[in-house]
Amino acid sequence: MIQFIDACKRYPSGFDALQNVSLEMQEGEFAFLTGHSGAGKSTLLKLIALLERTSRGQVIVNGQNTAKVSRRRIPYYRRNIGFIFQDHQLLFDRTVYDNVALPLIIAGLAHREIGRRVRAALDKVGLLSKEKNYPITLSGGEQQRVGIARAVVNKPPLILADEPTGNLDPELSFEVMSIFEQFRQVGVTVLIASHDWELIRRLGHRVLTLKNGKLIADSRSTA
Amino acid sequence: MTPRDDTIFKDSVTRDQPGLRTSLKTWLLRHAQVFFYSLGQLWRAPMSLLMIAAVIGIALALPTGLHVLLKNAQQLSGGLDGAAKISVFLTTNASEAQAHHLQSQIQQMPEVSTIQFISREQALIEFKQQSGFGEALTTLQDNPLPHVLVISPQRTVSEPASLDQFAQRLRALPQVDLVQLDRQWVKRLFAIMAIIARGIDVLGGMLALGVILVVGNTIRLAIQNRREEIVVIKLIGGTDAFIRRPFLYTGFWYGLFGGLIALLLIGGAMSLLAGPVQQLAGLYQTPFQLHTLDLITVGQLMGISIGLGLAGSWLAVGRHLRAIEPR
Repeated sequence: MIQFIDACKRYPSGFDALQNVSLEMQEGEFAFLTGHSGAGKSTLLKLIALLERTSRGQVIVNGQNTAKVSRRRIPYYRRNIGFIFQDHQLLFDRTVYDNVALPLIIAGLAHREIGRRVRAALDKVGLLSKEKNYPITLSGGEQQRVGIARAVVNKPPLILADEPTGNLDPELSFEVMSIFEQFRQVGVTVLIASHDWELIRRLGHRVLTLKNGKLIADSRSTA
Repeated sequence: MTPRDDTIFKDSVTRDQPGLRTSLKTWLLRHAQVFFYSLGQLWRAPMSLLMIAAVIGIALALPTGLHVLLKNAQQLSGGLDGAAKISVFLTTNASEAQAHHLQSQIQQMPEVSTIQFISREQALIEFKQQSGFGEALTTLQDNPLPHVLVISPQRTVSEPASLDQFAQRLRALPQVDLVQLDRQWVKRLFAIMAIIARGIDVLGGMLALGVILVVGNTIRLAIQNRREEIVVIKLIGGTDAFIRRPFLYTGFWYGLFGGLIALLLIGGAMSLLAGPVQQLAGLYQTPFQLHTLDLITVGQLMGISIGLGLAGSWLAVGRHLRAIEPR
């Protein structure tokens, strides 16, 4: 599903965020991306989502070489990726329902289909009763779950999450993670950037460790 | 892709590839939604909508109103030109009988409304009375004046070109010495009006540019206010066209309301002018009616207004949307 071949990212400032990273993730795999802040976790996710482009090397996602995706095609490319952000990136002037519906409206789905899918996604994250609320009235954990619902509502084969539990207490974090696990169970590839060692150990999935832009470890953590 | 058995992943294959008809229907529905959504957004801030629309309305009402006035003036001067008289001076050796023959000959021409014969004797008497040279002229042995035929052309030949053509034909007649079109001043008036028309075009062009800039700047602010939303939409796969659409429709609405305000302003100004013009026309005893906006002008005004609104928003969207990228 994801393949990095000697991928490098140098920012215009000259900072090398990633150096010669090679890795491979199979379809339906669940992995954590870890490392200290500034180690390159976010950059790696951005390269996959085409928020940034590689300086050297290749990144192949779902059989597609990201370097070959033209600017015009990027929106269509991104529709196959569910991206979850630490700060949720919700729109606060719209209801929970409208936030989750946005990817489907963008994709141009029929009205009835949108309603069906949004409710299914909200049901999945346990927020069906809050569909008419505005995000500001929700707790941090609930907001993050709205973000997850929005990321999965158009059924992407790949989910990326950048510090999805960064602002949550351990209880809520575990809850959020268990939602991700459910997606893996239906064949979705999940890659989560996190430095919550405790949680990562508890879940016992594959762990990719970055340090100063280099992949220094790729192993299964012991539960 | 992997098989899925979860509720939210069910029946994805068929639904993700809708038929052409369904896509078209959905596309039209989206446009209709954005169409009314953008109107709703503007409606929520009626004062700012009114302000922008008023700026557009005033900017467009000025050249359009002047254009309508000019049209009236042109119509009026057309009538004047029709009233212009043509004087046909015969050669001095032409006899009165020949002059009468010529008179009846010209009378047959379709361009002629009325024709008046002034004999050389009559002309001399008139000249003596009007010129003040009465005494001096009696010393003349010969009457130096020719017979004159004064023609009032039909209104249908009020165009300068066709009048010229008519005069040319008169010149070719026997015993005709000189054909004088008494319309030099009409020509000058036409020239002046051509300058005014050009001036109105230039003014209109500048104001149109102003409208584009006003709408462009307003849309630019709207884009900056919704920066976060644009970033989120780009992050989850919204195309540029999708992001552009509400802003373009906003420009459309500005243009539409601006055009309507321009129509109101012109209509009001015209109704204020109608009374005094009627009075003036009464003094000249002409049945002149002030022409207000006709349907074609209304259509053109609305078209131009909406076009300018769209142009302004295109400009802003083209310049500023690309700059907003998720980081």
